[in-house]
Amino acid sequence: MRHTISVLVENKFGVLSRISGLFSGRGYNIESLSVGETIDPQVSVMTIVTAGDDWIIEQITKQLNKLIDVIKVVDMTELDHVEREMVMIKVAPRQEDKAEVLRITEIFRGRVVDSSQKTYTIEITGDEKKIAAILELLKPMGIKEFVRTGKIAISREGIKKS
Amino acid sequence: MKISGAEIFIESLKKEGVKYLFGYPGGVVLNIFDLLHDEKDVQLILTRHEQGAIHAADGFARATGKAGVALVTSGPGATNTVTGIATASMDSIPLVVFSGQVPTMLIGNDAFQEADIVGITRPCTKYNYLVKDVKDLAEIIKEAFYIATTGRPGPVLIDLPKDVTSGKADFVWPETVDMRTYKPTYEGNRYMINQAAHMIAKAKKPVIVAGGGVISSGASKELKELAEHTDIPVTMTLMGLGAFPGSHKLSLGMPGMHGTYFANKAIQESDLLVAVGMRFDDRVTGKISAFAPNAKIVHVDIDPTSIRKNVRVDVPIVGDVKKVLQSMNKVLREEVKEQWGEVRKAWLKQIGAWKAERPMSYDKDADIIKPQYVIEKIHELTKGDAIIATEVGQNQMWTAQFYKFDKPRTLLSSGGLGTMGYGFPAAIGAQFAFPHKLVIDVAGDGSIQMNIQELATAVINKLPVKVAILNNRFLGMVRQWQELFYQERYAHTKLEETCPDFVKIAEAYGAVGLRATKRSEVEPVLKEAFSIKRPVFMDFVIDWKEKVYPMVPAGAAIDEMLFLEQTKKSEKKLKAVK
Ligand SMILES: Cc1ncc(C[n+]2csc(CCOP(=O)(O)OP(=O)(O)O)c2C)c(N)n1
Ligand SMILES: [Mg+2]
Repeated sequence: MRHTISVLVENKFGVLSRISGLFSGRGYNIESLSVGETIDPQVSVMTIVTAGDDWIIEQITKQLNKLIDVIKVVDMTELDHVEREMVMIKVAPRQEDKAEVLRITEIFRGRVVDSSQKTYTIEITGDEKKIAAILELLKPMGIKEFVRTGKIAISREGIKKS
Repeated sequence: MKISGAEIFIESLKKEGVKYLFGYPGGVVLNIFDLLHDEKDVQLILTRHEQGAIHAADGFARATGKAGVALVTSGPGATNTVTGIATASMDSIPLVVFSGQVPTMLIGNDAFQEADIVGITRPCTKYNYLVKDVKDLAEIIKEAFYIATTGRPGPVLIDLPKDVTSGKADFVWPETVDMRTYKPTYEGNRYMINQAAHMIAKAKKPVIVAGGGVISSGASKELKELAEHTDIPVTMTLMGLGAFPGSHKLSLGMPGMHGTYFANKAIQESDLLVAVGMRFDDRVTGKISAFAPNAKIVHVDIDPTSIRKNVRVDVPIVGDVKKVLQSMNKVLREEVKEQWGEVRKAWLKQIGAWKAERPMSYDKDADIIKPQYVIEKIHELTKGDAIIATEVGQNQMWTAQFYKFDKPRTLLSSGGLGTMGYGFPAAIGAQFAFPHKLVIDVAGDGSIQMNIQELATAVINKLPVKVAILNNRFLGMVRQWQELFYQERYAHTKLEETCPDFVKIAEAYGAVGLRATKRSEVEPVLKEAFSIKRPVFMDFVIDWKEKVYPMVPAGAAIDEMLFLEQTKKSEKKLKAVK
């Protein structure tokens, strides 16, 4: 099963390589990884999406906890949480599809952040399902380039997942 | 007053109580070496290879329980330490390794003798540092010793750019370390400990499996109390030998691939395994799915990642082995009232029967030297009061099987990584810690050639260290596999034609060389060697055909053992060929 794991780490040089080295060295898979500073500039938060059975996920969280630079590990999948990812999609639609691209963008509450004679660059934020859905719709229109930030996640306050 | 980074380095080592520093010089560590020239309290021991320096520091650490310390130069000096660091890492040995580095402004430029040693050693250290500012140096050193020696111990590397050791700062030694990210769990969970104690009370066929964690936490006394109070037999992994007395009536010896028949049988039949400070290495478990099929498992370890990594566990207890066993013993004494003698009678009788059925044995009448005989003689003559290092291969397994380790920290052996060339420098390191103890490296003719240059270190420092080479003119352990599983095709394992004269090598370095070629010569050679207060190489020309038995073939269950007599047939065939 896929898990989203949030890892608070010391914002030191080499930390990212310790984390990625842990995954590669032990043969665990990273599906996505995003890193950024927290309010405290000495602390960064990494959001890692990985997959594995309960046994592997238990090892991954324990191994992460064991790393000296790791402050806290939270398996978001165990909590009620909000997940988001931002993607930018450069589409090169045929003339007759241009209106449809804009319409899809609107339906998905995306924004056109750049356009040229031949292309639109669309920015979309959402959870996995939403992003998969818009991709599905835009694919036939001709996607030229596609980049994604990787997932970030935050827990919801006050609700415990039963 | 501001002092140089090199001075801070030395002052910090003094604060940590470091007396010996094993190392090798080079350009970027000259600032430090220059100071060491006049230094009295911290002594640099020059080895003849950086790998030797790390293994020596490791041997010192295993024998004393303190961190071993080493200092090497950048580039090749640093990369030469990697095998030693990985060896210590696999066996959870506390080391602090200092490597020189090119000046900070050159880092990343592929400068002369630059290697990204922090990157290279990241997966085989517990933690590592690149010091970028001399102001951080004292604090980093303090932290490094703390990390290396607490929790599950391990090696820590500190990379020191040349401008950091020449730069100046105030020397401020932090008296304590408080890291928000590193807080090992020492106290075990009460509820779990209680549960384990009650499972012990209920178990009919319990076995304790003791590992290196018992030794690193100093819990031998507590382990003995547990075993004796509840009459539970104890098997010790290679790393755990000495954690419980090998000559104790409850001892089962070592389990696993070359374990005793009775240890493996007991594990497979048991209904409760109490695993303490061990990590279920594949050499111990054999085929995992067939391991201890009827047993519930209580697993005590300070490292949570060791628990449920390889085997299912019923009662996990994260904590320091010593503390956990103290609490467990208390519960057993106060809350669980059993007539243990009665409860265990049948189980101990069964174990006695297994011991009688297949004791550890070899051909004791042979005129040719049997390696097991040499080990037994060493044990007999030293009365077990020695520190024994081993190399890797058959020599290591025979030592583990036939020397009865009664005390912790008396065996120095590379278990996890299985590093040939480990034993001799490790013995040298231990001899520095215990100058008056008998320290013996049991070696193979292959392994000893991997760090034979350390003879110079032993000679110049007048160390009475002894090396007993079990010379079979083969990479024996590999040959054993070739004989059993590769149709006796001895690809590149025969060293005979090029086997050097070890007696002459010893003499060339200024040490003493002795040789025994038949059984009757073994004891005189050992006695003579032990009476000489200088380094001695003993060349025991042993039966090359001798194999390590019992043996569990890779991938088989641990009770699917091969024994000597089952393979006698193939040996006959061998003779015909010769
Ligand atoms: C550095 C290293 N290289 C290779 C091996 C693989 N290996 C394991 S045992 C062994 C043979 C060791 O030969 P020797 O030292 O003569 O010991 P023996 O088995 O003959 O007692 C080898 C090559 C190893 N353990 N370590
Ligand atoms: Mg050999």
